[in-house]
Amino acid sequence: MKTPVPAVEGWFTLDDRRPALLGSRCTSCGTYAFPRASFGCANPRCQGGELEEVELSRRGRVWSYTDARYQPPPPYVAADPYEPFTLAAVELAQERMVVLGQMVPGTTVDDLSIGSEVELVLGTLYEDDDHEYLVWRWRPVDGAGRDGR
Amino acid sequence: MTDDRRVAVLGVGMHPWGKWGRNFVEYGLVAARDALRDAGIGWEDVQFVSGADTIRNGYPGFVAGATFAQALGWTGARVSSCYAACASGAAAIANARAQILAGLCDVALVVGADTTPKGFFAPVGGERRDDPDWLRFHLLGATNPTYFALYARRRMDCFGATEHDFAAVKVKNARHGLANHNARYRKEVTVDEVLASPVVADPLRLLEICATSDGGAALVLASAEFARRHGAGATVKVSAVSTVTPIFPNTVIEMPNFATDSAVSAAGAERPGFRPSIARAAYEEAGIGPDDVDLAEVYDLSSALELDWYEDIGLCQEGEAEKLLRDGATALGGRVPVNPSGGLSSFGEAIPAQAIAQVCEAVWQLRGQATGRQVEGARVAVTANQGLFGHGSSVVLSR
Repeated sequence: MKTPVPAVEGWFTLDDRRPALLGSRCTSCGTYAFPRASFGCANPRCQGGELEEVELSRRGRVWSYTDARYQPPPPYVAADPYEPFTLAAVELAQERMVVLGQMVPGTTVDDLSIGSEVELVLGTLYEDDDHEYLVWRWRPVDGAGRDGR
Repeated sequence: MTDDRRVAVLGVGMHPWGKWGRNFVEYGLVAARDALRDAGIGWEDVQFVSGADTIRNGYPGFVAGATFAQALGWTGARVSSCYAACASGAAAIANARAQILAGLCDVALVVGADTTPKGFFAPVGGERRDDPDWLRFHLLGATNPTYFALYARRRMDCFGATEHDFAAVKVKNARHGLANHNARYRKEVTVDEVLASPVVADPLRLLEICATSDGGAALVLASAEFARRHGAGATVKVSAVSTVTPIFPNTVIEMPNFATDSAVSAAGAERPGFRPSIARAAYEEAGIGPDDVDLAEVYDLSSALELDWYEDIGLCQEGEAEKLLRDGATALGGRVPVNPSGGLSSFGEAIPAQAIAQVCEAVWQLRGQATGRQVEGARVAVTANQGLFGHGSSVVLSR
């Protein structure tokens, strides 16, 4: 049994059933950021509040989408043989921002349309002998995709 | 801007685009010597060298200005090197222009050149877990065409663009590039051929996505006073250079980001996007508007993106780019030809040289020297381009 570990530290919770992206929110002006703002609030008109870590909305609507028919170059760790995948830019209503992510394996561009609802899941990006490295993925809310954790 | 605030373009030069596989310095040298010859001045007359950097060719690429100066032979000229991703060439032009306008020098040489790898642009080497450009490849497999395709899909959904429209942009630019000896691809294509090429990032196809190329471009810029003394009073002038950055919140997802800015604090105060702000700043500085423009060179990283630019540089309203294309307005012979050079579609991208190459084409057009692709009677040209990490680039030229 391989140990699941995040492919990037601190960008999402490891909640099996209800994972969420971890972003930041400015306590002064309410501006969110993903990944977390490292150097203070991004809003130049903000007088500068504290940045609190927050879980971002788990559901959003597709702003746009595409796929990757050709294998991306390293540092992407591609399966052998290469499996094309689909990506979506997803609009989060509360945060008023768009977040990019891969769709769960098995989703094709034909399963998507702009405005359709998706939710966040975790999936395996790649593995080595001891670990499976997890990343966030979007899954159609109607459950058209498979293999979401 | 009054006439005296305009900088003269005394000379332009290019090394043809291709996949030559040689050292980038060689391309820069050929372009620089071409530009000096075109200007009718000697290398020793140049007081300031402004290099546009390449980040894929080791240390010499990071100090491009000095690299080219040394290759031409040290003369003691002052130097700067700058990087602004795809907008590096415009940043180098801006540096040279500022030196001239400040009265610190009379004559400056701007050079950019690149040698590129095959296939997708990958992040530069090393494992850098705090670099968004490294992370987007690692975590998402998000290549540059990923982002181009997101915009293309948006156009289809929001404005009714079709695959045929995207292919028609490629057909137009391929035709424009046919007579351009500096272009890498000089072959006519049909809509059917474009649509038969494999999908890379749905809805974009191989023939609709800009390749990576080797190439070099250079300009000799001079003060209006020097140009007059040099007997080049009727030269093409640079009326404006825009190197603007976005205004928060930037609500369009852009390379290499994972997310847009959050617009929570700006609710009810919608701001124009970044791309439209780039040329607008140039027009304002030049004191002109899009109606004054006779031709444009825009960054067609994808055929679909060229349609976005029509709107972003004000050639038409949002959502009307497909109509402009279908009416033939942006083809040679139309109301305002776009990418008469053949564009990135015919060149491929040589990053630090590309914004300079756009200006070279504009100069040839305004001088009436664009053999086989001339926009008749052109007096005003605009270039537009955007580099990742928030770099705008737009130059207005006039005669």
